[in-house]
Amino acid sequence: MEQRLGLEASIAIAEVVCRCDVDIVAAYPITPQTHVVEHLSELVADGELDAAFVPVESEHSAMSVCCGTAAVGARTFTSTAAQGLALMHEILFIASALRLPIVMAVANRSLSGPISIWNDHSDVMTERDVGWVQIFAENAQEAADLTIWSFRLAEDRRVSLPVMVNFDGFILTHTIEPMLMPDKEMVQAFLPPWEPLLKLDVDEPISMGPVGIPDIYTETKQVQQHLLTQAYGPIVETLNEFAQHFKRTYKPIETYRSDDAEVLLCTMGALSETAMEVVDRRRKQGQKVGLVRIRLWRPFPFEDLYRAVGNVPVLGVMDRAISFGGPVGPVASEIKAAFYHREQRPKIVEFIAGLGGRDVPLSDFGRMFDSLYTTGETGKIPAPTIIGLRE
Amino acid sequence: MKNQHINPVEPYLRMDRMPHIWCPGCGIGIVVNCFVRALNQSGIDPDLVSIISGIGCTGRIAGYLKLDSFHTTHGRPIPFATGLKVARPELKVLVFSGEGDLVSIGGNHLIHAARRNSDIKVFCVNNFTYAMTGGQVGPTAPIHSIATTTPYGSYDRPFNLPFLADSTGAVYVARWTTYHVRQLTRSMVEAINKPGFCFVEIIAPCPTIYQRRNRLGDGLEAMRYYKRYSRVINGANTRMVGLELKGPIIVGKFIDRDRSTLLEAMNEEFSSKLGARYQPYPTGVVR
Repeated sequence: MEQRLGLEASIAIAEVVCRCDVDIVAAYPITPQTHVVEHLSELVADGELDAAFVPVESEHSAMSVCCGTAAVGARTFTSTAAQGLALMHEILFIASALRLPIVMAVANRSLSGPISIWNDHSDVMTERDVGWVQIFAENAQEAADLTIWSFRLAEDRRVSLPVMVNFDGFILTHTIEPMLMPDKEMVQAFLPPWEPLLKLDVDEPISMGPVGIPDIYTETKQVQQHLLTQAYGPIVETLNEFAQHFKRTYKPIETYRSDDAEVLLCTMGALSETAMEVVDRRRKQGQKVGLVRIRLWRPFPFEDLYRAVGNVPVLGVMDRAISFGGPVGPVASEIKAAFYHREQRPKIVEFIAGLGGRDVPLSDFGRMFDSLYTTGETGKIPAPTIIGLRE
Repeated sequence: MKNQHINPVEPYLRMDRMPHIWCPGCGIGIVVNCFVRALNQSGIDPDLVSIISGIGCTGRIAGYLKLDSFHTTHGRPIPFATGLKVARPELKVLVFSGEGDLVSIGGNHLIHAARRNSDIKVFCVNNFTYAMTGGQVGPTAPIHSIATTTPYGSYDRPFNLPFLADSTGAVYVARWTTYHVRQLTRSMVEAINKPGFCFVEIIAPCPTIYQRRNRLGDGLEAMRYYKRYSRVINGANTRMVGLELKGPIIVGKFIDRDRSTLLEAMNEEFSSKLGARYQPYPTGVVR
């Protein structure tokens, strides 16, 4: 059974985490993640969620507690943002290397300095290489659904890796949206109790996290790379099972009116929905524009991307972060690399938009589409552009 | 009548940043007032003062004072201040931050700076909650106090901050409330002029979050409470000054002792081992 409710994405995530019957929530407050954890603490205090809520002294401790609880087989959830995610950095590698299936909701926010509490993707882009499965939600429904799915995937014994659900700070965390909230029976029918692949157990002692001397370090890294890449199969499989169970379909790469498109724009996260509105308006005016929306960021779904882009001659990529002194847009640089060896590859135009909470209105997407058409007509690829920059 | 200031603290404030973000009845503005008066009384050249703060409501002080200031990330003002002091020993390096910043996420820095007697002064505004993020339970929240993450009351034992600072080695430890403006100002002067790690806890009301959730009334009610329930016991055993919800508040100057600062200790050790070969590092300390 599902109930139609108006909920903030934050509250929606907390509610589904409760229905997933987690054992432990360990977290430290940081804007804009706070409502997730506050609501979970209420659910625990009200006896609706039989779990231990651990209000730790920092995010470094939060992720360390999560590693400890997951290591003994407790279903573990946390949530953070920005500086908090950065402070967890060291432990994120440990969680993935030890194959601890922690689920974490990241309320995407910009990194200091200057101090900014507002939304962009600089936090998650900085944690690109930590070995976690990383997925993006575009609205409250997706944030809740993907959180349920994350536990299922993380605990899949073929995977046994931590999962990060990214949902945009304020745009989603603090916005009330209509959504369908499944009940506990429905969630638990999809999410069986966790049977850990490995756990600390006095009867069968193992050691987690010891030294990897040069003789074996390389092999462990190869295994990690192999596991995360191979997680793609179980990801698609479990997303399909989710679709059968909940009647909502999610794919590693989503598209919007892309089939006959002359130009495509690649987006991630909540701003994709603004972009869809612009696509509809342009289509009404006769311009065949479309979207490619990256949902699964790690493992990167190369084949899905190639299929989604097809033979379109011009592809724009909107980044919400900057790789300073490097290739400018982190997502764009990956997409360029993905197409490098392809015979059929589009001209790729880079846009940076929505840094530190800067609004990206419909008109900005309009400018991006205009630039893509100009690129198509002239054949000249413009330098990476920061949209909405005040000069 | 040109250049007449409305308030004597105004020359020390960045008036272009006003209005400030603090709520009506918040105690942090009083702390700023006391500090500016203390700075005047201490006779220190404001050009030789640096203000370091962390994240949170109190952290905003660094942005509002017209002095060299640095607004660090959450929990890091103390190590930043130690670095600044070591590199420029002639400066007075003052840390303003809240208990959520200094004692939880930055707690490790606090105890080690006290242990090493880093020559910095820490003014810790304790309002018992993470106010800026909406009122989650913090490291000094009294048992049974309500926070957004402890909806039926906190069950974790809170830190007794004067005892923490005392036991880890601070050379000056005091506690006042924002009602005790003259005593607080005097303690700030003493701390500013004293070499070594000085720690002043300032109990301050947070009417919007802490007071409201715990049915403790507004900012004025907090002042009445501080007036009625504070007991001045200078030299009190810090072990005995822990706070309870709606309990008495023991205030006063608890600790005032002398020992070598971080840089003095380094000079003493190296001089004793290396003798005349060692060129002492400037400490900024006049004894």
